[in-house]
Amino acid sequence: MTPRLAPMEAPLRAILLAFPIALFTTAVVTDLAYLGTAQIQWTNFSAWLITGGLVFGGIVGLWAIIDVIRRRAGALVYLLLLAAMWVFGLINAFQHSRDGWSSVGAVGLILSLLTAGLALAAGWVRHSRPEGH
Amino acid sequence: MMRRLLCASALVLTLAACGDGDRKLDQTGPTPTLPDQRQTLVPPMKIATPVGWNGEKPTAPAGFTVTAFAGDLKIPRQMLVLPNGDVLVAEGSGGKAPKLRPKDLIAGVIKAKGKSKVKGGNRITLLRDANGDGVAELKTTFIENLDAPYGLAFVDGSIYVAEQGGLRRFPYAEGQTKITDPGWTVTPLPSEVNHHWTKALAASADGTKLYVGIGSNSNVGERGMAIEQDRAVVWEVDRLTGAHRTLASGIRNPTALAIEPRTGQLWSVVNERDELGAELVPDYLTSVRDGAFYGWPYSYWGKTVDPRVRPQNPDLVKTAIAPDYALGSHVAALGLSFAVDGGFGGSFAEGAFVGQHGSWNRKQLAGYKVVWIPFVGGRPAGQPVDFLSGFIKDGKARGRPVGVVFDPRSRSVLVADDLSNTVWRVAPVR
Repeated sequence: MTPRLAPMEAPLRAILLAFPIALFTTAVVTDLAYLGTAQIQWTNFSAWLITGGLVFGGIVGLWAIIDVIRRRAGALVYLLLLAAMWVFGLINAFQHSRDGWSSVGAVGLILSLLTAGLALAAGWVRHSRPEGH
Repeated sequence: MMRRLLCASALVLTLAACGDGDRKLDQTGPTPTLPDQRQTLVPPMKIATPVGWNGEKPTAPAGFTVTAFAGDLKIPRQMLVLPNGDVLVAEGSGGKAPKLRPKDLIAGVIKAKGKSKVKGGNRITLLRDANGDGVAELKTTFIENLDAPYGLAFVDGSIYVAEQGGLRRFPYAEGQTKITDPGWTVTPLPSEVNHHWTKALAASADGTKLYVGIGSNSNVGERGMAIEQDRAVVWEVDRLTGAHRTLASGIRNPTALAIEPRTGQLWSVVNERDELGAELVPDYLTSVRDGAFYGWPYSYWGKTVDPRVRPQNPDLVKTAIAPDYALGSHVAALGLSFAVDGGFGGSFAEGAFVGQHGSWNRKQLAGYKVVWIPFVGGRPAGQPVDFLSGFIKDGKARGRPVGVVFDPRSRSVLVADDLSNTVWRVAPVR
């Protein structure tokens, strides 16, 4: 990163990482709301939240790959957590593309919980490191 | 890392492939084999790429000849033969269902690959073959500025057009080639969302009633059940007052209606639900019984419960009846016409022609042809027979059949093809 842009890296990455954490965890809530009420709008919310989580999760994942190439400390654990989050998120996006109850059900809720847990773990690992290292 | 990703994508692909269980079950006739439900992570899809006919024609049985009755249409759907032999073709595309999920965006792009690029005409075209050579020499725009016209009927000097949002009546004088009268709305039709927008139409045998087929607003209730009020039903409309009552319900997408000539009974071809596997649920041909509930969305083929619908409705499922005759899963039956006045004679004397638009959501293509269902005493009797085929060649689509109509006067069958924008005529070799 050029010296002029370097100060932007930390806040940009923190902001981008906030999206999968917030979107995937909110999807757990909307899944629960659907399972509790059978109101179809909640599963539609989940589908968009998961899609949004994948988009932003993909960007932070690519950035994490660069970290691993640059051999930054702790980068591999962070990348693996993000990768697992993204793969479960993708499977969950397909799950949520099914119709009616099958869009969530037990499988969808478990996938949402896993994805959200991995997003939180990735965030924890990332922000536990000293800034910029 | 890479291996992990590969494994995961392999898992996704395998799950998708699991839906490819086209075991070639016999799914035609009164008691089709219904396999277990197979919901897959990624629904299997296969779009037959449109290639056109390049001067060739569909294939009819021995003893019949096929001609291109008319071409250069704008998405021809259903047809009607008028008393003087003129043929009306409804052309158009409807539906304005909002995209609610990421899936809706993706599925729309994929399905569009299998369709004609021509924009729907939103009009009715008149075709006249006065010299009887099998090619219409007169082609005029009969009624313009319609809103996705589909079902057509002629009763007592009037032409009835089922648009996607209303049933309209136009005065007609024999021989007329253009109608400029704005018409009169007999009754509005349910049009909110219009996920399944086609409004099928048939007149009762005595001409006092009009039957309108109104499709569901979703595959299986995934837009919520509030939007399904007055959907997946057949309406009986009083022709003069416009008053209606629901004749049958739970009938997912009744895409064509016709009167069986021997009994005067109303029949329909109906498209059933998706994403339960390549061999579920069979589309069907059924007599439309007064007061009957055909299951949608809660159950299919009678009382087999669909687990995707919540809350479930076991009390209603108890009342569900099975349709009369299965046509096969995902064949997308869109056309229905009975042979009248002895049909073509021989093995094509009593029965129904059924146009099958063809599948997009199973690996092994199904439909893409017109079949003949033989009837005896006003009921289906025997296996379907291919009547017009060759719409698929080397896995690519040359055409897709929609409406069919048997014309007793010229002893011919007309088939609308909304991919090549052609009307085909099938007649015995003279």
